[in-house]
Amino acid sequence: MGLDAASIEAARNGHTGDSEGSIREPPSRVDTVGEYTNMKKAIAAVAFGLTAGLFATGASAQATLNGVKQKGYLVCGSNTGLAGFGLPDAQGNWTGLDVDLCRAISAAIFDDPSKVRFIPLAAKDRFTALQSGEVDVLSRNSTHTMSRDTQLGLDFPAINYFDGQGFMVRKKLGVSSAKELNGASICTQQGTTTELNLADYFRANNMKYEVVAFATSDETFKAYDSGRCDAFTTDASGLYAERLRASNPDDHVVLPEIISKEPLGPAVRHGDDQWGDLVRWTHMAMLNAEELGVTKANVDQMRSSDNPEIKRLLGTEGKFGESIGLTNDWAYRIIKHVGNYGEAFERNVGEGSRLKINRGQNALWTKGGLQYGIPVR
Amino acid sequence: MQTVVSQTSPPKKSVLYDPKVRGVFYQALLVVVVTYLFYVATTNAIENLQRAKIASGFGFLDVTAGFDISQTLFQFSAAGSTYGEAFLIGLLNTLLVSAIGIVFATILGFTIGIARLSSNWVVAKVAMVYVEVLRNIPLLVQLLFWYIAVLGSLPHPRNSYEFGAGFYLNARGLFMPRPLYASDAWLIAAAFLVGLVGTFIYRRWAWRRQEQTGEQAPVGLVSLGLILGLPVATWLVLTLAGANPIGVEMPERGTFNLTGGMQILPEFVALLLGLSTYTAAFIAEVVRAGILAVSRGQTEAAGSLGLTPGQTLRLVVIPQAMRVIIPPLTSQYLNLTKNSSLAVAIGYPDLVQVFMGTVLNQTGQAIEVIVITMGVYLTISLITSYFMNIYNRRVAIVER
Repeated sequence: MGLDAASIEAARNGHTGDSEGSIREPPSRVDTVGEYTNMKKAIAAVAFGLTAGLFATGASAQATLNGVKQKGYLVCGSNTGLAGFGLPDAQGNWTGLDVDLCRAISAAIFDDPSKVRFIPLAAKDRFTALQSGEVDVLSRNSTHTMSRDTQLGLDFPAINYFDGQGFMVRKKLGVSSAKELNGASICTQQGTTTELNLADYFRANNMKYEVVAFATSDETFKAYDSGRCDAFTTDASGLYAERLRASNPDDHVVLPEIISKEPLGPAVRHGDDQWGDLVRWTHMAMLNAEELGVTKANVDQMRSSDNPEIKRLLGTEGKFGESIGLTNDWAYRIIKHVGNYGEAFERNVGEGSRLKINRGQNALWTKGGLQYGIPVR
Repeated sequence: MQTVVSQTSPPKKSVLYDPKVRGVFYQALLVVVVTYLFYVATTNAIENLQRAKIASGFGFLDVTAGFDISQTLFQFSAAGSTYGEAFLIGLLNTLLVSAIGIVFATILGFTIGIARLSSNWVVAKVAMVYVEVLRNIPLLVQLLFWYIAVLGSLPHPRNSYEFGAGFYLNARGLFMPRPLYASDAWLIAAAFLVGLVGTFIYRRWAWRRQEQTGEQAPVGLVSLGLILGLPVATWLVLTLAGANPIGVEMPERGTFNLTGGMQILPEFVALLLGLSTYTAAFIAEVVRAGILAVSRGQTEAAGSLGLTPGQTLRLVVIPQAMRVIIPPLTSQYLNLTKNSSLAVAIGYPDLVQVFMGTVLNQTGQAIEVIVITMGVYLTISLITSYFMNIYNRRVAIVER
């Protein structure tokens, strides 16, 4: 509309667009015309700059690994603070199971687990940050679901923690089952599967509730702790982690019901298969190492092992590293710097941590769990 | 073309050097460039979204939402409601807190602005301290103060403060009896409307009579009687006739909380308090500036005519000050509306919290959601300005 009006106006004034090419400038006008050409150049530059810059992420979809190598560091989207999964310690070093996955990727690429920049992301911002290319990988206890896989332009190459949603309440309420929560106020974090499962659960059990949703896990837990809500809900692992932050952890109890399946894992952008493979095999290398008994402590001796599976894993046989764009000792680097999956688990969320979560579903398949290392072959 | 040139520039100068033509050309060029940029950005974004396999388009608005919202002005449930309805819920919550916030901020702001000019030293200083403290602390901090420090320290529902008549206050909010309307309640609503129309007609009559005869009518009392008295009288008549037009549902103690009745969420109260008190500080300064802009001679003239200080303020100073006050006051109203998006920090389900938070994340359609949200705030602001401009024209000086 505006365009039409303007061109009609231009035509009415006896001016057509193509006359600009036929300017015959008298000498006295040189300055003005020079200014005019400069302006034209400036406009063109701005136009192209804007166009190129606006949504340029698509162009680099295939090249996350090259981008990371070029930058010299990995950008990892992490939790804003969840003990055991992603939390900076007193010295400001990020620690946690999800953090260790990023460190393992960094170790595989650079032979150095410290070449990672962590960007803390709230639940509601995390996928946008990944889609827009702000982070290379999102390792932030995110549930793998079909809609996220197919509609958000994401891929979930691995599951590094099998979880399920639970509830925490104050002991003095005298509630012993989630089925008794009819009429309760429940604090939850928005933009999560938790928010949706909560609605499903209460609907399925024909119970009423009042939801109070907050943007970050911090705000959510603070509201629960201050008494705004009767119950707090998130993934069970998160409940144990958050309980540690309560003003008095022993006042709270986690209810026995697990109301959902929450396969948590790293996410990458859809379409960069090489990068997705790298993330998947980083996790698989840690699982296989645990299965084969390769640990941070014995990995150097294991290099001279005769076991063909260990030889393939540690790169003394075959060229598996090259097939994902890395050196053949990629898995050796991971184990050397970060350790195997079992070590990372125990250190961050298991017996060696304050959370003391037992392996449960996250034990190796050989021990009755769900963690199953795909063979390196 | 030839004729146009000879008309606009008699000494047969080339059309290329006509400043008017050049002006039009540059403007047209700008429009073309902007349109082109917009077009390229849009198509580029769509292309990239498709390549990245990210869903696009506005079809998501019809998809079942699957989550619940704490404050809903119309029936909303995770089971059947769509993202589009979630958007409306968020929009209504934004409008609700903004509208009530504007009313509170205006009343408080005018009071404090006038108080700051009071000849009473204590009143003036209290108003000054209020303004200086409130407007120099970031709004977000104030909201967190209200929410966490003030409302967060209220007792657990089992130890609620009880005010009688079904009013309770606790950490879950303010509870009060909820009116239940029976089928003949429309009569009372009708009586209220009749009262409003009657008041309007009576005021016009009283004004005209005063213009002609100089006699004043008790406008305030009669208005109050019409607006409040008529519905109350209707209710009495109906009740005496045996009907029960309005019942009440009292809040009762449940397992966890009070159930039934009407609940005002602490998130809403915190946001409303924060927005109104903060904006009131700015409005107070606007009002003070407006009053100071009215020359002293006006006040002195009013005094010599025998008007009381109250009448002087109400009939002479404020009407003239309004001309100065309205434009910056409009800005403050717009600020209040836009600042309501800070609700996201304290969990009040406004447009930004519900739509740009939950809906954006569950659907992943960032571009659509953000475009809609920006469009909504722009629309609300433009409509507010439009009405304030109409009002501004009405209070502007009328040349006689």
